[in-house]
Amino acid sequence: MMDEISSHIIDIVANSVTAKATYISIDIEKDTQRNLLSIHIKDNGVGMDRETKEKVLDPFYTTKKGKKVGLGVPLLKGTAETTGGTFRLSSVVGQGTEIFATFDLSHPDLPPLGNIRDTMLVLVVGNPETDFRFSLKVDSRQFVLDTQEIKLLLEEVPINHPEVITFLGKYIDENM
Amino acid sequence: MNLEELKKIREKAQKDVELRQKQARIRIVVGMGTSGIAAGARDVLKTLLEEIGRRNLTDVIVTQTGEKGLASQEPLVEVYEEGKPLVVYGNINQERAKRLVVEHVVNGNPVTEFALEVM
Repeated sequence: MMDEISSHIIDIVANSVTAKATYISIDIEKDTQRNLLSIHIKDNGVGMDRETKEKVLDPFYTTKKGKKVGLGVPLLKGTAETTGGTFRLSSVVGQGTEIFATFDLSHPDLPPLGNIRDTMLVLVVGNPETDFRFSLKVDSRQFVLDTQEIKLLLEEVPINHPEVITFLGKYIDENM
Repeated sequence: MNLEELKKIREKAQKDVELRQKQARIRIVVGMGTSGIAAGARDVLKTLLEEIGRRNLTDVIVTQTGEKGLASQEPLVEVYEEGKPLVVYGNINQERAKRLVVEHVVNGNPVTEFALEVM
């Protein structure tokens, strides 16, 4: 099991990048009133047919040699389902894959959300060719980081330029 | 701090972008598969990025990759440098990541202490 929910997110996003996604949206919502944490990750990658979908859910299949997908999906599913939450994966060949997981915030075995700040930074800068839209909503407060907006302002300067990396760290710290 | 400040960075950075487009001097790749993440690869990648930012190393690029098949030695970091052998580092933590930047990337001396392979 992963020590943090944010580690699950990094792992799932790695699958999206492997599936040649050029755009990935990540929505994290914490609703204390409803006692609910939800994670919604959607990509525009190559997608999966029914057979592949079943395979990625099977932890034993994915450890085989030559695999393209890690243990990310079964691990997240496991965490969601063993902590009183739900898990749903839908995928369409040629359109992309969508994962939606919910967690019971009060479950004693629920891992902490973890460091969302570093998670955003690492994904955005470590995958400079991919566009991300992150949304973190805690009750009524929302923070959005949209790399399309950032790249538009940067023009030809890459998002992994040292000064941009430093800026993004501070920007997330001040606004999240 | 708002996104408009990126315009200032852009104006300043445009010069070294031209240089960088020709060829990054060093490429650092962090293994971010399931086992790497579980072993702390995110903190390693973050530390590398922050060190590159802090030292303004415009000729260095840090990226990530999936499983490498050396799970017991995660987090793994590879350093590719034009005209030099590839160095694979294992069991990297934040402290080691900082040393790697100073000793290998800045001073040009691979850190043999935690190098797994030189190829």
